[in-house]
Amino acid sequence: MNQTVSVASTKPWIAGDAPPFVRIHKVSKKFGDFTAVDDVSLDIYKGELFCLLGGSGCGKSTLLRMLAGFETPTDGRIEIDGQDMAGIPPYGRPTNMMFQSYALFPHMTVENNVAYGLRRDGMGRAEAMERVSEMLRMVQLGGFAGRKPHQLSGGQRQRVALARSLIKRPKLLLLDEPLGALDKKLREETQFELIKIQESLGVTFIVVTHDQEEAMTLSTRIGVMNAGEIVQVGEPNEIYEHPSNRFVADFIGSVNMFEGRVTEDEPEYIKIDSAEAGGEIYVGHGVTCTLNQKLWYAVRPEKLRLSRERPAAASNAFPVYVEDVAYMGNSSIFQLKLPTGRYIRAAKPNLSRYDEDGITWHEDVWVSWDDTAGVVLTL
Amino acid sequence: MTDVTPADAPVPMRDADRSTAWRGTAAVLRRVGLDGRSLVIAIPFVWLFVFFLIPFLVVAKLSLSEPAIAIPPYLPIWEWDGLRLILNLNFENFAYLWSDALYVNAYVFSIRVAFVSALFALLIGYPMAYFIARSPEPRRTLLLTLVILPFWTSFLLRVYAWQGFLRSNGVINNFLIWTGIIDTPLVMLQTNFAVYLGIVYTYLPFMILPLYANLVKLEESLLEASSDLGGRPLATFFHVTLPLSTPGIIAGFMLVFIPAIGEFVIPELLGGPDTLMIGRVLWNEFFSNRDWPVASAVAIAMLVVLVVPIMILRAAQAKAEAD
Amino acid sequence: MRAGTVLLIFTILGFVFLYAPILSLIVFSFNESQLVTVWGGFSTKWYSALVEDPQILGSAWISLQVATISATFAVMFGTLAAYVLMRFRRFRTRAVLSVMITAPLVMPEVITGLSLLLLFVSMEQLIGWPAGRGMTTIIIAHITFSMAFVAVVVQSRLSSLDMSLEEAAMDLGARPVRVFFDVTIPVIAPALVAGWLLAFTLSLDDLVVASFVTGPGASTLPMVIFSKVRLGLSPEVNALATIIIAIVAFGVGVATWQMRRAARNAG
Repeated sequence: MNQTVSVASTKPWIAGDAPPFVRIHKVSKKFGDFTAVDDVSLDIYKGELFCLLGGSGCGKSTLLRMLAGFETPTDGRIEIDGQDMAGIPPYGRPTNMMFQSYALFPHMTVENNVAYGLRRDGMGRAEAMERVSEMLRMVQLGGFAGRKPHQLSGGQRQRVALARSLIKRPKLLLLDEPLGALDKKLREETQFELIKIQESLGVTFIVVTHDQEEAMTLSTRIGVMNAGEIVQVGEPNEIYEHPSNRFVADFIGSVNMFEGRVTEDEPEYIKIDSAEAGGEIYVGHGVTCTLNQKLWYAVRPEKLRLSRERPAAASNAFPVYVEDVAYMGNSSIFQLKLPTGRYIRAAKPNLSRYDEDGITWHEDVWVSWDDTAGVVLTL
Repeated sequence: MTDVTPADAPVPMRDADRSTAWRGTAAVLRRVGLDGRSLVIAIPFVWLFVFFLIPFLVVAKLSLSEPAIAIPPYLPIWEWDGLRLILNLNFENFAYLWSDALYVNAYVFSIRVAFVSALFALLIGYPMAYFIARSPEPRRTLLLTLVILPFWTSFLLRVYAWQGFLRSNGVINNFLIWTGIIDTPLVMLQTNFAVYLGIVYTYLPFMILPLYANLVKLEESLLEASSDLGGRPLATFFHVTLPLSTPGIIAGFMLVFIPAIGEFVIPELLGGPDTLMIGRVLWNEFFSNRDWPVASAVAIAMLVVLVVPIMILRAAQAKAEAD
Repeated sequence: MRAGTVLLIFTILGFVFLYAPILSLIVFSFNESQLVTVWGGFSTKWYSALVEDPQILGSAWISLQVATISATFAVMFGTLAAYVLMRFRRFRTRAVLSVMITAPLVMPEVITGLSLLLLFVSMEQLIGWPAGRGMTTIIIAHITFSMAFVAVVVQSRLSSLDMSLEEAAMDLGARPVRVFFDVTIPVIAPALVAGWLLAFTLSLDDLVVASFVTGPGASTLPMVIFSKVRLGLSPEVNALATIIIAIVAFGVGVATWQMRRAARNAG
């Protein structure tokens, strides 16, 4: 298959000329006193593979269920392809859903499970079966049409669920933890397959997941949710390298965070005095802030460098004591103690199989980083 | 990866809205407040309302009317002579129940029989339920089936079987005389003992099933934790198993106690003429004396006795479900 | 002695208590002697007497009709009640319905029987229906208490059913009625069968309620058995009991085997 223009590279959310395909406008959902989704607004464009990422109970599944029509928003409106979804039941929506439990009908064969949606639209049996076998071939289940769900493995069931939700060629496919029930190895393989299918069909996908690696791998954009709110929307690298607040910085990946106050605020740089770090942090670009403002500086472990001598050119360098080293295979994680008592983490890729002179336990060393390595957070 | 049709391929039309005639009817029904949902609720609701709830109101009404030699054998409780509504509420039936020692005794005796029988059913049923719940499969299913099996055979015939066991030339007496333990047959049929026995026997499955359902959920690791911390088997039982099985004990006890209070067949077939349980009194008032108002008053009085146990049962079941 | 051994012995005695009377019923149904509990040699003459007894045959036929019809309606109404209580989260009459569906489970039969009879009599006076009492009134009474038992069985099945199955069907374009028949009913089918059998047995077994609400000419099998048993032991009743037990044992055996097979397939 040859697709010269990848969907991700077109980036309609930046161009801003195409109308959004899914428009979620000021949507809230309350269950009694509990607010599951709180005033969420979100635009999703045609052909996107959008991930809703968050911990359990953050409201991501409720948002998905409102798109599918299983829950009614307490407030706000949802439009799909320009059409207001208010009052439209699940069976009248141009969406289909792949359920976390797969929800395969246990009393029907694979074939009849996949055909179910077509039959409900009044398609004749012969035509439906033709479409079904084409779809089953696509998910590599050609020989399993006559089996019942309980005769399949977990991975096969997942494919049947995917086939069943795609057979009606929905404008929008909603996937609730699509890979959650698979073991790690299978999950990694299936991720790429899911992307391939999505790109070849051109269907817009909205995926709910709690797994940040999965979200990073799959998505064109990620919406990070916390306590019913969307806290940041962005492309995977944007979310990782430019988190807009402390929650996202902390939730995605691992981070070292220092609280401090602005001591110098110039157009080309700022300086932050952090009692936690035990000194000044130099940021090599301008930041919208005021003098003496309280803010946070976040820097990821893999951006830190360790050396026995203080590097002469480093804009940021602090003496640390190596308290622990965790060998992870592809990298090593260093647990470091600053003179202030604060612990920070540094990650070092294991480039060589033999690193006999490497920095190790109970050494006093220097940690340093570039003036553009970290991000300044005001929220 | 095989070739795939593009997303813009024509999507088949939804045909669910085919029938306009049906849609019209549905719209009319909706206007009078009857959509599919409320119709579905209405079917079981109306049935139970008419055939379960209203009958109690009729019984309450009848308990306040005066018996008469007529068809049906009672006088109406209100009359309308064109100008006045004449209410004719007769509390004599209840006063009669209260004043006649026969009825009071029958109530007290029924409650005693039901309570003692439920207690014995618990003492027999608990170890059985425990044993079954701790049995490995497939023995567990087999034993459980054996508990339920008698329930599927006729209740009446099982009580009848005890007649054959207990009578003076019955199985037990024949056996005891044959072995020489006794010379003259024991009198067992037509005694209160036979009534207790019959109730424990027929209601035992109702005791075992909720206990089993409760005990089977009890995790083995809890018992192991208790014995690991130094609890001997008896201590483990009293500090862990028994407290955790309280909902099952209450449910089982009530499931025996409540229906046993109103039992008719067992005292009739196994009890003596003086074994007066309240269900039997009601039956006799109705069928022998044809005194419908007094029978109704007996029923109302019985319901009053049952309200509290029924509430306890519901609470225990709600707790069991919540667990 | 170990606690386990004591338990085992106790359980065995418990089962002896449950089954000894039933076994004696069977044994003495093959007794030559009229004296039911005194063995007089092997004979099947009570079975021949049974099939020639028009009263028993007639009442058995009535009971089977009543049980079949009432069980079928009880499954329909009881399933609806269970479905409504489990799937419709909020509606006005919910509390009343939930009490009405559980109360018949423990209501003493004499009260149920008396109250329904009085209702039928009052209704006849008011609206002229039901004109007289007989099979129809028995069937109505049996539906009323059986549907409560069906509802319990179906409710417990529904509560363990993954709701997303029904949502998936709806998501794929099925309207609620369609979902109910395409997904809910097939998935809870075993509970419906169990509920039907339970309702059927309860109806076939009922003496008290039927005695209250019946009319002339409609004597059910338990009513005939009761009138015979009241007069003392009857070998014919033993023969009848043996036949019923054989049918039940066969039915339960088949059901267990089926469930085993289903469980094996699922696992």
